[in-house]
Amino acid sequence: MCPYSLDVPGGVQNHVKDLAEALIERGHVVSVLAPTESTDLPPYVVSAGKAVAIHYNGAVARMSFGPVAAARARRWLRDGDFDVLHLHEPATPSLSLLALWAATCPVVATYHSANDRSRALSASAAILRPSLEKINARIAVSEYSRGMQVSHIGGEPVIIPNGLYVDRFASARPRPEWCGPEGTVAFVGRLGEPRKGFALLAQAFGHVAASRPGLRLLVVGGGDIDEARALLPASVRDQVLFLGSVDDADKAAALRTADVYVAPNTGLESFGIVLIEAMAAGATVLASDIPAFRRVLDGGAYGELFANEYADDLAVRLSGLLDDPDRRAALNRSAQTAVRRYDWSTVAGQILQVYETVVEGGS
Amino acid sequence: MTFGWILLIVLVLLALGLWLTWTANRLDRLHHRIDVARASLDGQLMRRCGSALELSSSEALDPSSRLVLLDAAAEARIAGPDTFEGTESALSQALRVVLERPEDVAELRADPEVAPLLDELAAECAKVELARRFHNDAVVTARALRSRRRVRWLRLAGHAAELRTVDLDDVPPAALLSPPYDA
Repeated sequence: MCPYSLDVPGGVQNHVKDLAEALIERGHVVSVLAPTESTDLPPYVVSAGKAVAIHYNGAVARMSFGPVAAARARRWLRDGDFDVLHLHEPATPSLSLLALWAATCPVVATYHSANDRSRALSASAAILRPSLEKINARIAVSEYSRGMQVSHIGGEPVIIPNGLYVDRFASARPRPEWCGPEGTVAFVGRLGEPRKGFALLAQAFGHVAASRPGLRLLVVGGGDIDEARALLPASVRDQVLFLGSVDDADKAAALRTADVYVAPNTGLESFGIVLIEAMAAGATVLASDIPAFRRVLDGGAYGELFANEYADDLAVRLSGLLDDPDRRAALNRSAQTAVRRYDWSTVAGQILQVYETVVEGGS
Repeated sequence: MTFGWILLIVLVLLALGLWLTWTANRLDRLHHRIDVARASLDGQLMRRCGSALELSSSEALDPSSRLVLLDAAAEARIAGPDTFEGTESALSQALRVVLERPEDVAELRADPEVAPLLDELAAECAKVELARRFHNDAVVTARALRSRRRVRWLRLAGHAAELRTVDLDDVPPAALLSPPYDA
C-alpha cells in the first residue's frame, strides 16, 4: 500500500517496492495498491488509478483520492482478504487513509516523514484520530520521525530503519571515465533545493579544488544545472561533472566511483538513506552534523562530520580526508559492517516480526 | 412553527445519538484491540519462557548459568497477572547476564544443537518488545478517548476495567541480537 504515485521515483516508493520484493523472495504473497498510470508494472502492483498533484504539508505530492479511489481501495481489500495491511504515511490525505478507513484486518503503519509543521498536524489530528485508532502497530523509520510521532500522537512506535540492498551498491561497477586523477567527490540531491546544501559544497569545493587540479566532483540530481554551475568559482568549473537525474544503477556507480561522498544537507532530514547507500558503495561519508546524520554515522565512527553550514570546516575536512587514505580505509571498514544492519535481509525480517506480532493476537 | 421546532429538536437529538454511538463504537474497537494485543503479548512471553527453559536444560551452558535461567524462567511461568511484570523483567535480566558476552554467544552458536534455539530466543525477545509496545500504544490511545467528557459523563466505557499499561524490562541481550557478520 503506497500513497504516492509509483510513476515518479522517491524514497517512500522505493521502500515499498523493495520491501514487497524482499517479502516475495521469502515466499509471502504481497499486493501493492498504488496510484499509477503506467502500464508497465511489476506483477504485484494494483493500480488505484490516476494520481493528481496536490499541495499538502508544504510539498507537492502526487496522490489519488476521491470516491473512485475509495471504491478501488475497498474492493482491493475485500478481494485480497489480507492477513496484514501495511500502510505508509497514514496521516496524509491519500489512499493510505482511504484503505485504513475500509480495513478490517490488522493494520501496520510506517511513518516516513520528519515534518515539523506541528500546527497543521495538531489541527488535522481531530479529523484523523478516529481512523488512526485502527492502527495496530506503528513503525517509525528513524529516531527523529519517532520523536515527531511521540510529540503529536503519543504512544510508543518502534523504529525500523529504511532498508536497502547493500550488495547492489557494493557490487556496482566504478566508471573510470568519471574518475578524477587526484580523487573523486560525489554529491547526490536535487539542485536548487537550498536544504540539500549544494551551494555550501560549491563554495567549499572551490577552495579544495583550487590546489588540486585533478580533483573531480560528480553531481547526481535533477534541477537547473546552469544555475548550479554558476555557484562554482569559474576556475574549477571544468572539474565538475553534472550527471543530471540518473537511474539507480548509475547512482550506485557514481557512489562506487567516488572516494568521498559529501552530504552538506542543512536540516530537515529524517534518515539519510543516501549516506547508507554511499557507505554500502564504499565511499567515505563526509556529512553535516545534523542530528539525523550524526545518528546514522554513530557520532563519526562510520564517517566524518563537519559543522553544519560552515563551508570552511567542510573544505578543511574534505581535504583532510582526501590526503589521508588510511583514515578513509578505516572509516570504510567500520561502515561496511554497520550497513549490514540496513540490508533488506535484516530489515525485512524485523518488519515480518511486526506482522507476526499483530497477526498472532488476532487469531 | 412549533412543528418546525420539534423537528429541529428531534434531528439534533438524532445527530447527538449517532455521534455518541459512534464514539462508543470507537471505544469498543479500542478495547478489542487492547485484548488482542494483550493476548499476543502473553503468547510471546510464554514462548520466550519456554525457550529459556529449554536453554537452561542444554549441556552447552555452565551449571550456574543454567540454574539462574531455570530459576527465572520457572518463576516467570507460574507468575499471576499481578506479578508477571516483575518476574518477566527478572527473566530479561537473567537472559542478559547469561548471554552478556558476544564471544560466549558466538561459542554457543557454534554448537549446531543450540544455534536454532538461540535464533528462536532472539526472535522471541524482539517480539516481546514489539508486543509490549503495541499493547501500550493501544492503552494510551484508549485512555485518551476515555478521558473525554462525553465518555466520562455518560459512562460510555461501561464496566470495562481500568486500563493499565504493561511495564516490564524487555531489553534483549545485545549479543543475541547482533549476528556476527564479520565472523
